[in-house]
Amino acid sequence: MDPLTWTGALGTVLNPLLLLCTCAFAIAALAATLLGLRAAPARAGSAAALAGPGGAPGAARLAVRLTFWAIVAVLVAYLVGGLVTPYGTGGILGCLSRRFLPVWIALAASFGLSIAFKRRLGLYGKLFDSTIGMIGFALVMFWVYTALFTGLFGWIVTQDPLTTLSGLKNKVPGTPIPGATGPWSHYLLGGDNLARDVFSRMVAGSWIVVQIAPLATLFAFMVGITLGLPAGFYGGRLDTLLSFLANLILAFPVILLFYLLVTPEMVASGVPAWMAVVLFLFPILFVVVLLNARLYTRPLRRTLWVGAALLGLGWLYLSMISQAGTPIAFLPEDLDLFDVPGGILVVFVSVVFVNAPTVFRIVRGLAMDIKTRDYVAAARTRGEGAWYIMLWEILPNARGPLIVDFCLRIGYTTILLGTLGFFGLGLPPDSPDWGSTINLGRRLLSIYPHAALVPAFALLSLVLGLNLLADGLREESLRD
Amino acid sequence: MLRFIAGRLATMLLTALCLTLVVFFLTNLAPSLERVAKTQIGARVSDAEVESWLNRNGYGGPMLARYGEWLGVMPGWTSAAEDGGLAAGRCLGDTAAEAGAPRYCGVLQGDWGTSTVFRDEVATIIARSLALTGKLMLWVLVVMVPGALVIGVLSGMREGSRTDRGLSTLSILSTATPEYVSGVVFIAVFASSAVGLRWFNGSATSAMEQATFTNFTLPVMTIALYGMGYIARMTRASMAEVMTSQYIRTARLKGVSFRALVLRHALRNALIAPFTVIMLQIPWILNGVVIVETLFNYKGFGWTLVQAASNNDIELLLGVSVVSVIVVLLTQLISDLGYVYLNPRIRIS
Repeated sequence: MDPLTWTGALGTVLNPLLLLCTCAFAIAALAATLLGLRAAPARAGSAAALAGPGGAPGAARLAVRLTFWAIVAVLVAYLVGGLVTPYGTGGILGCLSRRFLPVWIALAASFGLSIAFKRRLGLYGKLFDSTIGMIGFALVMFWVYTALFTGLFGWIVTQDPLTTLSGLKNKVPGTPIPGATGPWSHYLLGGDNLARDVFSRMVAGSWIVVQIAPLATLFAFMVGITLGLPAGFYGGRLDTLLSFLANLILAFPVILLFYLLVTPEMVASGVPAWMAVVLFLFPILFVVVLLNARLYTRPLRRTLWVGAALLGLGWLYLSMISQAGTPIAFLPEDLDLFDVPGGILVVFVSVVFVNAPTVFRIVRGLAMDIKTRDYVAAARTRGEGAWYIMLWEILPNARGPLIVDFCLRIGYTTILLGTLGFFGLGLPPDSPDWGSTINLGRRLLSIYPHAALVPAFALLSLVLGLNLLADGLREESLRD
Repeated sequence: MLRFIAGRLATMLLTALCLTLVVFFLTNLAPSLERVAKTQIGARVSDAEVESWLNRNGYGGPMLARYGEWLGVMPGWTSAAEDGGLAAGRCLGDTAAEAGAPRYCGVLQGDWGTSTVFRDEVATIIARSLALTGKLMLWVLVVMVPGALVIGVLSGMREGSRTDRGLSTLSILSTATPEYVSGVVFIAVFASSAVGLRWFNGSATSAMEQATFTNFTLPVMTIALYGMGYIARMTRASMAEVMTSQYIRTARLKGVSFRALVLRHALRNALIAPFTVIMLQIPWILNGVVIVETLFNYKGFGWTLVQAASNNDIELLLGVSVVSVIVVLLTQLISDLGYVYLNPRIRIS
């Protein structure tokens, strides 16, 4: 097998084209800026400003737009070229594009369906009116689909992310596997310092992030909401106490907290396991109070719903906190639904613990603001209970800022997970998650940069996507 | 006003007390103490030897009593030598029993204890590392604050323009790039010996003695970049809000030129909110400092924190946490006071 170049045979046509378009774009952008600067003082007071852009500045701006789309078209051509030509013709880029084919199909399907029905989809549908929001959504869903296809079906990875193959240590991207033939017998993005496939590790790492980050953020929100609503609603001593505790956790440097919670000695002493016992109670509490507040006028249905929730969530709770190998392992094996693999529970708990106080502060502020509104007064006059007002009057009206913060916070949680990996905490050292891979790769960074750069860009693109998504959501929710 | 400050200082004291108690509890759990003993006397020792070492070195007593010793409200531990005299003790130092050793020696007496890893006074280590980190922070602030304010004002003065959209996207990009990503990318691009430009050094160890443009640019840029986007976005929001206010409209109708409008009328009010944000960012920068100092091998406060935490160096960790709590709460206090000072519409009652 021959080593792959970045663009392969397609590159002979497309590379000069890309260079040409980029040069034209640079010249046009420079011209537009210069002409715009010259035109700006004149535009301030003159009537010409009303006539819209025209003349030389207008032409330059048109050129910028055209060349920009030409660059995008060439970049898409690399990907499409890789899809339609035989394996290897499109170089590394073409092979990557072909490997991600299921993701492209899923992305196209979700965009097609969402745009077709966007008027019926509420805030989610409105996202497709904003370019920023759509780019963010595409980036996020790219990683979500990649993670799902990898984790559930094992589709995207080309090699086993934990296997080392001799002779491929620190090899550059596109190196063929010695002795192997047929398609996918390359290390597409090179090998790391233990001769494992960088591409497969990056893809497998997305599954770890997508499993932990949204769920941990959701738990942090449940804890923050369950404590923040009463603190903001009642105020007084309760508020003072809870705010003090939240500020106490926030005054901790995050990394010190991680070191204190995640080291093996701490895991052995059982502190994180006990914290899991406490923190995972909050979602059950939240759901039960939510249902009870709504249904307490109809005792039969209330009993049914609350009982079902208690049974289902309670069982999940017990099997979650009961872990073999920690001081809390009481559930018989037949009843234990699942065991969270080593380290992940601890990482999960510490990430929830770090995020919950910030959510608490946001919810508390929103609750203090909203409790003065007329509809809350109306609900009080109707004789509704305090928890009904908090959960069914205040919470739904605070959803806008909370949804935006949820997106941002998933991104922040991803960064925190990376930080944990970067310091080699929590997850096992050969785990393919992005933080650990960056940590392993940074030691040889100045000689073989690819092993650290690939997961770094993966993490960057996911967090950027979440930030853009939050920005798009904020813009669209402010519009009405 | 004085009552407000006194109240905040009392809260700070209480927070520091609670926090050190938590740190003390977590670092003094049995498995952690065992590790401390094993790093001191070797890994292959029996449980009994560990036990006796812990007892001889003052780790034996009840946890709260030992916290009291650290704080200086309980008499320091002593252990008897075989002949009946004092062999060692918290307040005795390395040399054998001295006659005039004080009974109490804790934080209240100004004694922060000794680091088990660096074998030095905690106060000395923290002072040295804080000075190094202070140098780093100074340059970060020098780069970050003006940069962020200029970007924020430029994008906020004409909301929705192309400049605004471009700069806002850049700000989002910078907030989405954690330090360990931008640091890795910077090293690969600017310091890699294989493919990069080799403009700067990938390590800042030499910057501890003498910071130059070559060895200090990358760490400073890495930290500044992450905070810059957030401050710029807050400045932009504040600027955009000011630009829609009544007095700006009046000034514009009066015929004030756009330049004078922005510089003389809008800017002063638009910079009140970013001041708060900048002060509140400092604890976050501290967080970034830990990552960057580890990545660039710069032995400042963050590096010390990592060393202390990964070796379970109890007294150094306690000192580090006290310092970081004071930094966090002091910046909060300054931001509140500064906000009141800058914005005469708000008064503390």
